[in-house]
Amino acid sequence: MMVKRKSISYAKWGYIFIIPFFVVFIIFNLVPLVSTFYNSFFENYIAQGYMQIGPNWVGMDNYSTLFSPDTELSKYLGNTFVLWLLGFIPQIFFSLLFASWFTDLRLKLKTGAYKVIFYLPNVIMAAAMGMLFFTLFSPNGPINDIYMKITGAAEPIRYFDNVWTQRSVIAIINFLMWYGNTTIMLMAAINGIDTSLYESAQIDGANPTQTFWKITIPLIRPILLYVLITSLIGGLQMYDVPQIITKNGENVNRTSMTLVMYLQKHLFSKNYGMAGALSVILFIIAGVLSMLVFFFVQERDPKAKKKKGGNK
Amino acid sequence: MAAPIDAVGAKSNSTTLLIRRIICYVVLTLVAVISLIPFYILIINMTREHSHIQKGFSVLPEGKLIDNFKSVINNQDWKMLNSLKNSLIVSALSALLSTYFSALTAYAIHVYDFKLRKPVFTFILMIMMVPTQVSALGFVRLMTSWKLIDNFIPLIVPSIAAPATFFFMKQYMESSLPLDIVEAARIDGSGEFRTFNSLILPIMKPAIAVQAIFTFVSSWNNFFIPGLILSDKNKRTLPIVINIIRSADYSVFDMGSVYMAIGISILPVALVYLFLSKFIIRGIALGSVKG
Repeated sequence: MMVKRKSISYAKWGYIFIIPFFVVFIIFNLVPLVSTFYNSFFENYIAQGYMQIGPNWVGMDNYSTLFSPDTELSKYLGNTFVLWLLGFIPQIFFSLLFASWFTDLRLKLKTGAYKVIFYLPNVIMAAAMGMLFFTLFSPNGPINDIYMKITGAAEPIRYFDNVWTQRSVIAIINFLMWYGNTTIMLMAAINGIDTSLYESAQIDGANPTQTFWKITIPLIRPILLYVLITSLIGGLQMYDVPQIITKNGENVNRTSMTLVMYLQKHLFSKNYGMAGALSVILFIIAGVLSMLVFFFVQERDPKAKKKKGGNK
Repeated sequence: MAAPIDAVGAKSNSTTLLIRRIICYVVLTLVAVISLIPFYILIINMTREHSHIQKGFSVLPEGKLIDNFKSVINNQDWKMLNSLKNSLIVSALSALLSTYFSALTAYAIHVYDFKLRKPVFTFILMIMMVPTQVSALGFVRLMTSWKLIDNFIPLIVPSIAAPATFFFMKQYMESSLPLDIVEAARIDGSGEFRTFNSLILPIMKPAIAVQAIFTFVSSWNNFFIPGLILSDKNKRTLPIVINIIRSADYSVFDMGSVYMAIGISILPVALVYLFLSKFIIRGIALGSVKG
């Protein structure tokens, strides 16, 4: 917006209008964040269910406990990453495939209904999706019923008694919930590509596979990166689905317990020192990833403006 | 690009195109069916009684829909109708506050030239991706000390500061809110706040509608924070009831009721989505960073 305001007297309205946002942000986000950091330096928990210990200043002790081998932080970090990756691989594969089909000028597919169906699971309550899939995949649920009728097997598959089948069910839910969203984001990116590139490639005799790898992929790489990082940040926060599926994380030796589920466990049992330290670690990981997204957004903004200015 | 001549591409173009089109439709339809099957089974099982569900899967619905509905709403442990009401209140008020104040904040950044304008914008972009869970500890402790546990205020008021909604509104203003309008309103003697309420908000209607839906849905589905704030039976929202059903001894439940409870949590949002899907799908692409 290049228009210069003539009068300065309106500036105060800018400040007045951002007051509600910042008051609420400070009270409900910033103060709690600082307090969370502060709490991470104290020993503060309830021992044996009734004895309040602390709060006593312990410095970095909570952090060293968190990183010691028997608190299993690395296990939950690993779980979170594996669950995210299992969902993300099929998600990016199908999203890229569908986005390139939907935007293909020669195919001219009717896409409306598909987009609506693909995006539908994303608006569904994740906790309810977890519950639904838990009932569908339970030993006497419909999935096992169909499986036993088709194969004639005598015993149902116990999906929630095994590390990898349980993780797979969680990954399937995550995949179903997010591939539609990613497809639509990638479509927007591909639609931004100059169509003359595709036309001249066609004239040169390039087939769809070649145009996909040589034109589409290189030109949407920034958006792909954006999708990857935002998905990682989302994966870091994974909670609802595994929490419901695994009955608060305990199922199958906590092999599907994520970091945020671990945090919830500490919050729920009022172990505030550990919860604080874990929050700080989550904040740092999310912060690093967010910075990448932030620089990405910043970098794209001035570029677009420069282009506009240059053309005029 | 000197691409090697493709063996198929050189042949009759229209047949290969037809074959490709058929393959696409087959794959797309298959994935669409797989996406819908869980919801199909859900709806079928909502109409069946426990003993039939235990016996196995059925393709056709049966006649127990009303009975299952009655047994769910009469279940005093779940209090489903009450939770439905709570979810509606929290989500609707969150959507209202979030869209109004995000539009107001975006308007401030878009229209007024004040010293902190750039830093404020940069700051909001920076906090956009910070997960709410990282400050949950301080949040819960603060709400506890203010006696706001089992109160809806901690679930509603924070939506006033919604960086993602703000960003969307700002993007929308850049594309469809010319500053001349504001200037003209000033010449007509309209005050700044009135200009925003009576002139700008109507222009922003499409953006507000899209964001209201998104905020409503994410508040409706929110599980983590309400799970820490609400414990009273009469104050629960739907995701907490789902968790209670899952945490209890699963084998004693009437499965018709379980499916019905899931359906009550899912179907209102799914139906609203299907009616407004055109709006929503356009909104997703707009909300993402411009390609």
